[in-house]
Amino acid sequence: MAKKERVLVLGNQACVEGAIYAGMRFYAGYPITPSTEVAEGCARELPKIGGRFIQMEDEIGSIAAVIGASVAGLKSMTATSGPGYSLMVENIGYAYMTETPCVIVNVQRGGPSTGLPTKVSQSDTMQAQWGPHGDYTAITVAPSTILETVTETIRAFNLAERFRTPVTVLLDEVMGHSRQIISLPEPGEIEIFNRVKPTVSPEEYLPFEITENYVTPMPAYGEGYRYVITGLTHDQKGFTTNKPEEIAPKLHKLRHKIIDYKDEITKLRAEMMDDAEIAFISYGSVSRAALQATDIARKVGVKVGCLQLQTIWPFPDKEIAEICGGCRKVIVGELNMGQIVNYVRSALPGDIEVVPLQRYDGEILTPMQLIEKLEEVL
Amino acid sequence: MATAVKEKQKSNVVLDYLRPGKAMPTVWCAGCGHGIVMNGIIRAIDKTGLSKDEIVMASGIGCSSRMPIYLDFNALHTTHGRSLAFATGVKFARPELKVMVVTGDGDALAIGGNHFIHACRRNIDITCILLNNYIYGMTGGQGSPTTPSQAFSTTTPYDNAEKHFEPTKLAIAAGASYVARTTVYHAPQMEKLILNGLLHRGFSLIEVISNCHTYFGRLNRQGDAVKMINDFKERSVPIARAKSMSAEELEGKIVTGLLHKKETTEFCDVYQSVVDRVQKGM
Amino acid sequence: MANKLLDKVEIPQDRYEMRFSGSGGQGMILATVMLAEAIGATDDRNVVQSQSYGPEARGGASKSDVVISANEIFYPKAMQLDFLLVMTQESMDKYYSDLKEGGILVVDTTLVTDIPTDNYYGLPFTRLAREEAGHIMVANVIALAAIAEITGIISKDALTAAVLKRAPKGTEEKNKKAIEIGFAEAAKLKKQKGS
Repeated sequence: MAKKERVLVLGNQACVEGAIYAGMRFYAGYPITPSTEVAEGCARELPKIGGRFIQMEDEIGSIAAVIGASVAGLKSMTATSGPGYSLMVENIGYAYMTETPCVIVNVQRGGPSTGLPTKVSQSDTMQAQWGPHGDYTAITVAPSTILETVTETIRAFNLAERFRTPVTVLLDEVMGHSRQIISLPEPGEIEIFNRVKPTVSPEEYLPFEITENYVTPMPAYGEGYRYVITGLTHDQKGFTTNKPEEIAPKLHKLRHKIIDYKDEITKLRAEMMDDAEIAFISYGSVSRAALQATDIARKVGVKVGCLQLQTIWPFPDKEIAEICGGCRKVIVGELNMGQIVNYVRSALPGDIEVVPLQRYDGEILTPMQLIEKLEEVL
Repeated sequence: MATAVKEKQKSNVVLDYLRPGKAMPTVWCAGCGHGIVMNGIIRAIDKTGLSKDEIVMASGIGCSSRMPIYLDFNALHTTHGRSLAFATGVKFARPELKVMVVTGDGDALAIGGNHFIHACRRNIDITCILLNNYIYGMTGGQGSPTTPSQAFSTTTPYDNAEKHFEPTKLAIAAGASYVARTTVYHAPQMEKLILNGLLHRGFSLIEVISNCHTYFGRLNRQGDAVKMINDFKERSVPIARAKSMSAEELEGKIVTGLLHKKETTEFCDVYQSVVDRVQKGM
Repeated sequence: MANKLLDKVEIPQDRYEMRFSGSGGQGMILATVMLAEAIGATDDRNVVQSQSYGPEARGGASKSDVVISANEIFYPKAMQLDFLLVMTQESMDKYYSDLKEGGILVVDTTLVTDIPTDNYYGLPFTRLAREEAGHIMVANVIALAAIAEITGIISKDALTAAVLKRAPKGTEEKNKKAIEIGFAEAAKLKKQKGS
């Protein structure tokens, strides 16, 4: 087999590569640091493959256009950073309610408000689950390397299509703005999931049917299935409803179509966890510092392991409990004031001590800071 | 006898386009002008020869925005003010579809003002029908960006201190290539203007002055639906005649007809030519 | 008890960590991108490049790190610099302490006057760019070529190919000249230092 080409890829460009590999053919966005290279990459690449790029008037319009393109049949994406994500949450909520597949990339910077445009942060982790108002269950993936940014973006599209839901890819400034020599996946190497189309006649079709496995086929506009898509709570036909016996099943579906299939969604990377007495739990760019710290500490005989959450939402509590079951203590490293640490705490039995390690000064946690914390808890 | 059959066929045109299975009546009050507009839209669409599958009708939030739910097209009932941005995504993704937006004065011009001017600017091929009744109906009669100065609403209880937008002027200035205005009194003209808007390639705005007698009429002592619609008739001036009238003479008048039409390139077409050029490696 | 672990651990020696620092507009990030691409095109070494900068496109402090290793690179930023290029006094003052003992320091002597050590390679990159290469914009390429000569991290051919791949059309000759100047000046300097 021919050796794969090695290319230097910027994190934000890796996201574009993954999206196009997954079949993304529509991008709408608004410039914002540190995500702008995603938009620039799409503006450059999409016309080459007959796709469409549009710079909208703001982030609200961007996610609206993305949802519009998705119901018209194209896999679609937008990318932004905290302030833009805040503007998008209204229509991300609409995507949850209307069960419209789409991918939203958040290259996180420091907040709140305008915050730190060029500095790293992971303080939008909770927002990825709880951004829009109302009840729903979010899917959020978080790569930690440039190659993973390609593969996790592909996975985000597969999950969005499989579960008919918006999926957030959480990157951060370090991820988006670092480059790495990688080999991109070859065509056919990674499986691509496309939304299920209806097989029944338009007369029989229920656009928001609650099926046993919660898979509801989705036609594109123009394919003969004329139905109502509305952000108002609706019945299985798509008609607005105020009936308690129709409202509860709809909301039940939005939650259970995700949590009942968590095994298909959850993904973690466990390194040196087999005999670990202490574990670093982290996600995104912090996992790279944690892996480095693990590697360094193992060399001097410390039984430490590293657990990276590639799926953050729905929170992989069961898997964390399984993998960390043999640990005395876990150190949860985050670039915020503690957004997943309490989820980890509630996932683990009381005899495993959960130690937070938080940095929120615009800089990434360093391997030495992780080792210092390790030393404290040894 | 022949006349009776013809009449029946005529009314069937409207019934043909109502969404099967959707329980009626509509949310609109008895006598609301919005039903007249829905009627006009259906008749115009029927004349285009387009199939129902080819039509996407998007809307936002408000009384007028309920319309797509009642009609048998691909319906996208979106969030408040955002329908033009959603519609932009649909049209740009599938330019072969005929995309329409039904919106109101609050939806299009207040919360959706930014999307409105940028849709005009792009000259994307969307037919936007703006039902202007000078007030927020669904939430119970609050002032909107078209509520005239000194008019009353529940949020301007001592009269309106603000000035109002003229949506057609805004659209023309922002770059829309087909801009027209009519009222619910002028049903045949409305049908013609909507039809020509649908046939126009580019962004078309058809503003239809509609009556909200429940709130605007009551709060401003303008009477019932019939009285308000009659008032539209009295105050209307065709554009041809308006051209020879002074600003003073036009005060309080509703200028109707095709106000602006410009032949210019359409956004999706231009983007497609960019795609073609890039793919040819030019 | 205190700092027992920290005293024992070692920063992995399989990582070669470089930092290019200066001010926005001096092309520090681009220089590291060209270096990383040159390595990527030549051999199997792993390379990670990352950067940090202020909100301004021109004038603010700018630094870019390159980590090179035969093994998987976990942490993308430098931990203890094997190499430091400084193009401004500000970056000298800020980053000199990150350079490990025995690490290589390369200084643009056009703009940096206060240098806290005698053990460094100093060349006036900005002046050479302006006076010899014909444009101030290629100071970063002159520096990059000099670094290649001083460290042996990449061959002249590989570097030239990588620079020309990124150079805007019409600037090829200026960039080639910049590479020649960089290699020649660094060779001269090495000779002086050796003697």
